[in-house]
Amino acid sequence: MTGSSHDSGYNEAVADAAANLKKMSGVSVITAEQIPETNAVTDTMQQMADQGATIIFATSYGYFKYALAFAKKHPDITVLHQGGYQDGTFPANFGTYWGAAYEPVALGGMAAGKATKTNKLGFVYAFPIAQSIANIDAFQLGAAMTNPDAKTYLVNTSSWCDPVKQKEAVNALSAQGVDVFSQHQDCQTTVIQTAKAKNAKVVGYHYDASELAGSSWLTGSAWNWTPVMKSIVTTIKQGKFKGSKYNANWIGTFANGDNPLELASFGSSVDSGTRSAIKTEQKKLSEKGASVFTGPIYCQDGTELVKAGEVATYEDVNNFSCLVKGVVGTLPSTSD
Amino acid sequence: MIEIILAGGIAVGTVLLLPSFGELVTERAGITNLSVEGSMLAGALTAFIVAKTTGNYAFGFLAGAFAGMLVAAVFASAVVFARANQLATGLICWFLSLGITSVIGNSYNGQAIHQLRQIDIPGLSSIPFFGNIFFQHDVVVYFGYVAIAATAWLLYKTKTGLIIRGTGERRAVVDVSGHRSSLVQFAAVLAGGLLSGVGGAYLSIGQVGNWASDMTNGYGFIVVAIVAFSGWRVSLTALGSYLFGMSISAASVLQAQGIAVNQYLLDSLPYIITLVALILASRTNSRQPEGLADSLSM
Repeated sequence: MTGSSHDSGYNEAVADAAANLKKMSGVSVITAEQIPETNAVTDTMQQMADQGATIIFATSYGYFKYALAFAKKHPDITVLHQGGYQDGTFPANFGTYWGAAYEPVALGGMAAGKATKTNKLGFVYAFPIAQSIANIDAFQLGAAMTNPDAKTYLVNTSSWCDPVKQKEAVNALSAQGVDVFSQHQDCQTTVIQTAKAKNAKVVGYHYDASELAGSSWLTGSAWNWTPVMKSIVTTIKQGKFKGSKYNANWIGTFANGDNPLELASFGSSVDSGTRSAIKTEQKKLSEKGASVFTGPIYCQDGTELVKAGEVATYEDVNNFSCLVKGVVGTLPSTSD
Repeated sequence: MIEIILAGGIAVGTVLLLPSFGELVTERAGITNLSVEGSMLAGALTAFIVAKTTGNYAFGFLAGAFAGMLVAAVFASAVVFARANQLATGLICWFLSLGITSVIGNSYNGQAIHQLRQIDIPGLSSIPFFGNIFFQHDVVVYFGYVAIAATAWLLYKTKTGLIIRGTGERRAVVDVSGHRSSLVQFAAVLAGGLLSGVGGAYLSIGQVGNWASDMTNGYGFIVVAIVAFSGWRVSLTALGSYLFGMSISAASVLQAQGIAVNQYLLDSLPYIITLVALILASRTNSRQPEGLADSLSM
């Protein structure tokens, strides 16, 4: 884990799943938290291997290259990376797993679109990576479903958890008139706290923070990694990992009924009409072949992102590089 | 837009301002303390735990100040009395603090208390433009204004300040005049740790209302840089702290306005602006304490 197991966010969700794995018979779990996305990842994995670990879940986006290299060097250990996307061939002992995070994020966007009085939504993200771009786009698409005039304003913080920058981001967006906030950060406490102090609403991410947000809470998305992790462990124990769906880029979706990211609870201010609209949409997304990214979808500059009638594949979504119409802000370039 | 950037900068800058003055006093006494970051972390966590448990913010700040001082005391014992290498000791103290606060603070991640409330100064806060920037903040920001004057007064107008500065220049002279320079240095480092602790406390319980592991994100090291580039002057140290805060604030505001900015430029903006401004401002007669250069060598 890259952060603390008590961050009310991404890492706490992983820690919860690890605790559940421990309850499986014949499984013991070693966890390590607050490991930076550096060579420390390799050291930590080596220590785990030395302690007898045969399956390693590397759970931060930036662990990818270390996890892949480690898998190649240790064919007897199965390494699973959470959230990465591997182009090309897979070593027989390596896989990535993730959820179609953008699906519940779009549902959260629906609640946000309905709740805003200024038609301005704020989205605080860390880095312009594929996952975040997909989430921002889905959030805006969802918001537009309940409020065609809603626009999403962006601020990035260049850090997964820098409370100072998070607060400044919310302040800056609030000054622009934003009255509903969502985010793609590892820790969400500061964003929620600051939004709450401004009587704004929040859509959470990673973890159900309804208690913290109180009356500011609309809804959000919460990870439940337990089913997929259990399934992966079982597959490996049966010796069936090689060539399995987990020995690839695996993604859980509503349509397949296995999305590890679920819709969190609703806040008291979300009226029953909105709740049922969101539930209906969730049901629609659960039908075979359904997707948030069903064309036509247009980029900010009017070019077509997804053609009319087409559905973006996981690979397509991973290569999204534009923000959809209705998002205000630009993606900073990160190519070197 | 400018108003929002400047007002945000004053608030964020205050997180750095108090530790900066702490480091300034420390370095004026001839010691470079790299564990400002460690004192800030200790202050941030301790203040959060105490404020959360007791519900009393004043207790939180006091506890934060004490924790920051405790880290500094460990550092000072090693470098002042055992004459250990300052840079190495500073880094070790920072590492220790990072580790200890991460372990103890783990279960406090994600918990929250309300952020310090804004207190508008009657009269002053309604001045057009300036009122919004300077006088619509929480109480610690105002304390920061007082600290600027107090630090300047202490260093330049009091006998204590003279002894501190004397220690930083020529320890032998201070010793000959009947004071114990090592005690002066010890006290200066403690004072520095105290202010760093308050800065950390302000970050956790004042600014954001929660604790997150390693939440200082390197701001303690920025503080050391600000002090050096200010040429060890009170006014420029204050300016540097606020400037750094304003650059962080500016990065957010520019984006919220939908203005296209390069990611790398955005990330380095606070560092570049602060650095360039301080170099330009302090290029004439740097006032590096003479003893500082000697003290850093092995």
